[in-house]
Amino acid sequence: MDDPLLIAGTTLSSRLIVGTARYPNQQVMLDCLEASGAEMVTASIRRISLKGYAESLVNLLGGRYRLLPNTAGCATVRDAVLTAELAREALETNWIKLELIGDRELLYPDVEQLVRAADELVRNGFTVLPYCNEDPVTCQKLADVGCAAVMPLGSLIGSGMGITNPAAIELICSRSPVPVVLDAGIGTASDAALAMELGCDAVMVDTAIAQSHDPRRMAAAMRAAVEGGRLARLAGRIPRRRFAEASSPQLGLIGS
Amino acid sequence: MQLKINGVDEEVGVTTVSELLAARGIDSTVRFLAVAVNGAVVRRSEWCSKNLGPGDDIEIVRPFSGG
Repeated sequence: MDDPLLIAGTTLSSRLIVGTARYPNQQVMLDCLEASGAEMVTASIRRISLKGYAESLVNLLGGRYRLLPNTAGCATVRDAVLTAELAREALETNWIKLELIGDRELLYPDVEQLVRAADELVRNGFTVLPYCNEDPVTCQKLADVGCAAVMPLGSLIGSGMGITNPAAIELICSRSPVPVVLDAGIGTASDAALAMELGCDAVMVDTAIAQSHDPRRMAAAMRAAVEGGRLARLAGRIPRRRFAEASSPQLGLIGS
Repeated sequence: MQLKINGVDEEVGVTTVSELLAARGIDSTVRFLAVAVNGAVVRRSEWCSKNLGPGDDIEIVRPFSGG
């Protein structure tokens, strides 16, 4: 079924966005990206080692994936904006996964600074995908300043706690004028499927694949889950009932 | 001249971004490299002409793995 993801006028064949960090080694990462079916993968921007110059992540991924740079770890508008500008120069893309961290331990977004940074970056010509709270008001503000999508958290980054507030995610999906990408907290395949069933347009996964016992298998599981969840969403779930409703015909039962 | 390079104060004898990269053994023709001086990106085309001054704060970055 042809059902591409559309963000800022760009068509993406997969609704799963995958991270490139925390894999046991480079080969496992490459195998996982392949197994995930992802077209877009994330990267960070970091200072080079002044002692030596190793092979770049980008050389490794070649032209096979669309790279989405992030501003992970940035705690001020200034650092996030400069990181985005460096990413644009280094990767020749104006897409940025905007992260503005308000708490080092929780890696929770700093909403006030996030909206300001998003506004500035949009004005500077960036296609901004902000990692944000699962809060409909924040998501609306981010859309209002021109973000191309919103990326509400399911739960804390790397926590594997899944979607702790599914009602809020569903609400965001039902109201958002821009695509919703569930970011952070995915622990296993069912979490990704749930995100899609709640109405998310895509899911972003890193740790749940990279740190699983068998990352290649989990990458395939995430792919299947996102596809299954999306199909279920499009198909429409049946309403929940308080009592049973027999599946088998009631007529012709022996002994009646 | 004293410069801050990726957060570290250093004494160097260079005058442009290109010279700084060369002095560091960084091939400036390699792709996916970006440089900022005092909080502003210096485009690759300006690396040869961009003069550095004492106390300049320089960031040299590239893409890494990330989530």
